[in-house]
Amino acid sequence: MAQNEKLSVTMRRTPLGRVKGLGSAKSGVHHWWAERVTSVALIPLTLWFVFSVLSMAGHPQADIVHWVSHPLVAVLLIALIVASFHHTQLGLQMVLEDYVHEEGQRLIWLMVMRAIVWLLGLAAVLSVLKLAI
Amino acid sequence: MPDVRDALMIGKRSDGKLVRRPLSPHLQVYKPQVSSSTSIINRMTGIALSVGLILMVWWLVAAASGPKSFAVAQGFIGSPIGLILMFGWTLSLWYHFFNGIRHLLWDMGWGFEIKTSHQTALVVVAATAVMTVICWIIGLAVWL
Repeated sequence: MAQNEKLSVTMRRTPLGRVKGLGSAKSGVHHWWAERVTSVALIPLTLWFVFSVLSMAGHPQADIVHWVSHPLVAVLLIALIVASFHHTQLGLQMVLEDYVHEEGQRLIWLMVMRAIVWLLGLAAVLSVLKLAI
Repeated sequence: MPDVRDALMIGKRSDGKLVRRPLSPHLQVYKPQVSSSTSIINRMTGIALSVGLILMVWWLVAAASGPKSFAVAQGFIGSPIGLILMFGWTLSLWYHFFNGIRHLLWDMGWGFEIKTSHQTALVVVAATAVMTVICWIIGLAVWL
């Protein structure tokens, strides 16, 4: 019985869909999983970052330089930047895929979004490295 | 007596069986529910946080550029507009943070019951409010 059900599900896929390899369990799982991994990493990183920055609210630039000059702080900052920008990119990708229906436009928007996210992320990492070294 | 418009609702399933077509919910006529509301707010706060990252990058780049640029960035954050943006950012951050944990719990198979999901939604809203207030108390105490 259960086997028959499984068979009928396979039969329902159109030949075109099978050729194009559409459907779940292609790249969707990786997207989903990367989103979970980055979100788990962001739980401690966010708490650490928010309360660290709050403790320096209004402090002069020299205090920030002193803070980032510690290697552990610099490493955690870069980890936070990588995790949050990766998570952001995955999230915005879903938003664009949901709301931009025309395929060409969607491709352009996805590229523009990725370019912005990459450039901002690189600028942030470079700034941390410059402060740290 | 069945509505004559029901005739338009007949559809054919891929196995050939005639069925009543399902209607996708239209936001304008769909009653807001805890599940749908918390979900859409999660997406909205996610987009807000993405935009907010620009401010974080500016803050870091300014710090790396020198005391003068840093003073400009800090001046903006301390201005009325900057403070409003920061308040929205803290609210969005904690909502997305706690609702994200709610999602992770769902992923582990916990909390799917309607009653539990309504309770966790309340916890998310309460935790968001508490953390936002705590952050602003600490921030203002250090700043002023």
